Amino acid sequence: MDVLFNLTLNGLATGMLIFLLAAGLTLIFGLMHVLNFAHGGMFAWGAYTGVWVYAQTGSFTIGVICAVIVGVILGGLMERWIIRPVYGNTMQQILITVGVMLVLSEMLKVVWGPNQLSSHPPELLAGSWQVGGFIIIKYRLLVILVGLLVLIGVQLLLTRTKLGLIVRAGVSDPEMVQALGIDIRRVFMIVFMLGAALAALGGALLGPYSGVIHADMGMEFAILAFIVVVIGGMGSIPGSALAAVIVGLAGAFMNYYVPDLSLAVNLLLMLLVLIFRPQGLFGAKGVQQ
Amino acid sequence: MLLKVEQIETYIDQHHILQGVSLEVPAGQVTVLLGRNGAGKTTTLRTIMGMTPPAKGQIIFQGEAIHQLPTHAIAQKGIGYVPEDQGIFADLTVEENIKVAMHKEDAETKDRLAWILDLFPDLKSFWERKAGNLSGGQKQMLSLSRALVQNNPLILVDEPSKGLAPVVVDKVVDALKEIKDHTTILLVEQNFAMASALGDRFYILDNGQTQLSGSMQELAQNEELKRKWLGIA
Repeated sequence: MDVLFNLTLNGLATGMLIFLLAAGLTLIFGLMHVLNFAHGGMFAWGAYTGVWVYAQTGSFTIGVICAVIVGVILGGLMERWIIRPVYGNTMQQILITVGVMLVLSEMLKVVWGPNQLSSHPPELLAGSWQVGGFIIIKYRLLVILVGLLVLIGVQLLLTRTKLGLIVRAGVSDPEMVQALGIDIRRVFMIVFMLGAALAALGGALLGPYSGVIHADMGMEFAILAFIVVVIGGMGSIPGSALAAVIVGLAGAFMNYYVPDLSLAVNLLLMLLVLIFRPQGLFGAKGVQQ
Repeated sequence: MLLKVEQIETYIDQHHILQGVSLEVPAGQVTVLLGRNGAGKTTTLRTIMGMTPPAKGQIIFQGEAIHQLPTHAIAQKGIGYVPEDQGIFADLTVEENIKVAMHKEDAETKDRLAWILDLFPDLKSFWERKAGNLSGGQKQMLSLSRALVQNNPLILVDEPSKGLAPVVVDKVVDALKEIKDHTTILLVEQNFAMASALGDRFYILDNGQTQLSGSMQELAQNEELKRKWLGIA
């Protein structure tokens, strides 16, 4: 029983990390129709910044804040100088964002060297609680809580604010949003920066979670995030959250019981969704794909 | 003159769609763009809105050149747009659709919204319903409401009768008659009965060029012109 509980906790925590990456990806795709293969690069830069600043200052919180700031800056620069010139050209977007992904990964090696970096949870979050017969690892609980808070926050932003209203309208018809007097380019940039910040936050949380980080982790997680976005429905935040939890749980259980099939199960899930519900679990009708 | 379009030429990809369209829209009137399918009427409206910017020519609105401005800046100058497909945000409610267009929530805007909801009471009834679930006529009313809520001096309305049942078209005509007392309208319309019921002046486009203009009353009485340019027997 405690094995099942631990696997569930692991799966939920991993799912929330993937969700942080997928949330930005699905927002960016839903609004701008940009397949951002460089999104994993933001995740990796967030991880390195978080781990390095944490090591230098001894403050995990400062590390996370710096990682998010780096994500915002990278996202803003990328949208303005790399993505904006290729809006509307899918092939160029794919080529250029794959290129940026490679550059971001290599730049990590230039700045921090080719070896992996190690990290650990802060003292306050190290160790575990024993509740009844169950062991609850504190840091995993934090990751789950942060993921839930981000889910609630993004949903409130989308449903309770004017910016969220404009984003949802822009997902449906960006040209009409402009015809109503709204500068959609500013909205694109804000969403891109928000998405990059969430990815960087996910990366910053990953360091102490996995213990080690390496420069190529961005692409590994980006693949999982793409699977999550497809399963959840492109443009849907609740869809991405649910799909991330499914993928996280499937990965945790398969890793334990049938390790050889742990990646295959995610691909199989995606295949089933594409066959039986190609718009994804929560695919929005208004999304132009 | 509220709007002056001078010899605009517009390309879509390699296609030379507008090849010299000129027109003037006086304040307080309904100016109607007429012409056969493919004459360039919709492209003229989209060019005015900056969605397909002109390669040549100029567009002057309230004395200011707007043809090099982006779409959102043109809309901010005071031009509302009701596209042919209505352009409603299907996953947003009626209320949310209107709120996207409301840049201010001052007393004047609230009064205007109250007037709009009196004009289109259906929208009040379906206030919290997803716009994608509205009927064609209700979607048209919603699209008009969004263009009106910002107190725009000019609204561009593209084929408001398209796809609507005759009884619904009558409702839209009645609404536009009231709207014309509050704002200037540049209307694209294939339904000549509707166009003549609303229009003060007309322009006929053909092959991307302005061919003819004059008063709507004169055109309505001239069977030969209607047959030649509009194919109406």
